[in-house]
Amino acid sequence: MRPHASLGLLVVTAIVGACATVMDESETAARAAAALKASFRPAGQAGLDRLEQDETQRACSLAAGKAPPKDVAAMIEQANLATIRYPADGKLLGDWKNGERIAQEGRGKQFSDDPKGPVGANCYACHELSKAEVSFGTIGPSLYQYGKLRGNSVDVQRYTFGKIYNSEAFAACTNMPRFGHKGILSEQQIKDVAALLLDPASPVNQ
Amino acid sequence: MKAVRAVFALAALAVAPSLLAQGPTADGIAKYRAALQDGNPAELWEGRGEALWKQERGPKQVSLERCDLGLGAGVVKGAYAQLPRYFTDADRVMDLETRLVWCMVTLQGYTEADAKKNPFGSGNDRKSDLEALTAYITSESRGVKMNVPMRHAKEAEAYRVGEKLFYFRGGTHDFACATCHSEEGKRIRLQDLPNLTTAEGAQKAYTTWPAYRVSQGELRTFEWRLYDCFRQQRFPELVFGSDVAIALTMFLARNANGAPFDAPAIKR
Repeated sequence: MRPHASLGLLVVTAIVGACATVMDESETAARAAAALKASFRPAGQAGLDRLEQDETQRACSLAAGKAPPKDVAAMIEQANLATIRYPADGKLLGDWKNGERIAQEGRGKQFSDDPKGPVGANCYACHELSKAEVSFGTIGPSLYQYGKLRGNSVDVQRYTFGKIYNSEAFAACTNMPRFGHKGILSEQQIKDVAALLLDPASPVNQ
Repeated sequence: MKAVRAVFALAALAVAPSLLAQGPTADGIAKYRAALQDGNPAELWEGRGEALWKQERGPKQVSLERCDLGLGAGVVKGAYAQLPRYFTDADRVMDLETRLVWCMVTLQGYTEADAKKNPFGSGNDRKSDLEALTAYITSESRGVKMNVPMRHAKEAEAYRVGEKLFYFRGGTHDFACATCHSEEGKRIRLQDLPNLTTAEGAQKAYTTWPAYRVSQGELRTFEWRLYDCFRQQRFPELVFGSDVAIALTMFLARNANGAPFDAPAIKR
């Protein structure tokens, strides 16, 4: 089965289902798409391909800030779960000190950024992690004592690595980027961030 | 000064980390606000913009004083509070910056490329005439209630498209405007984020742009605000005066209706 194809079909069905608003809605969508096409130019490392949505982005845009319908949410999660590539060596945790640097780094993938790097995860933009860093955002939940509260079992490690790799596999239409799936972070970087969350020596777990 | 003071209630403030613990943070922010009240350098842009508006310029050597910003030729007072709007002569919904370019082309004889070539300034290194003109025109709506029209079909369409774009996810990070701006009381790092899906949130945010940004030493317009949000969203570069810029501006400006306009403001 091809999860992405099925998801697309489901989304289309959902749109066609709402009869009266279809014309208006699809016309607005068409005009918005045309506007997007005409309103951006490639700059630095950001080409116009960044405006081409995948099925997850399309379905979540359609939900317009609300939770998607249950069946759509399930399809999104299933399709994204299938993308996660766990490390071949079976080692899920890296170096928490590198993880802290990655969590602090806000640069990466903007048209104003050097394409050669660095590329970070900027975790602190949205999450509290360690008590030492007081400049943290609140879009996501606090992750302080993440590992202390959950333990360091292989299951928890796999979930944590997977969540960073592709957050949409566990919470459809989350605000969190899909760091592995979209090629933002390398496998090693994801291991390092997972270590920041789970290593008993990490400041997150003090 | 009253206008400036109101801005502080919503100016997104980042403070030094040492100020962060609960009590000291509040004290630090209060001190920072008090310091900013001493004056707003945006006045320098406003003054330069007023001179540019009245100066005979361009290939045709005429001023912009006959430019119609929506309320009739040469009417500046309150014009910004009713923008964006549909203009018959251009057969298009325009925001202020787009309309200024239109007047520079049709009245003063500039080419469109020339009129648009320097939309955003860079401190003392590069000054932008469009930015200065925008500062002047917007300052003439201070205290005027936002009253963006939606009578014309193209105005309604721009609003609907803007709303759609607000929720459009894309790029490497799946970000939409809504990612950061659809919940109450959130912040990114220490920066407060307005919830632009509520009337109150849109009013507070929209009525305080343009703003002099202390951290950048530059007056920033609403077109710039959108441009830089998309940069951080990891999108490609937003084209100045583009349909996306105007539709999103229409969506937010219209949602801000009813609130007194209160800019150019001063922000962190």
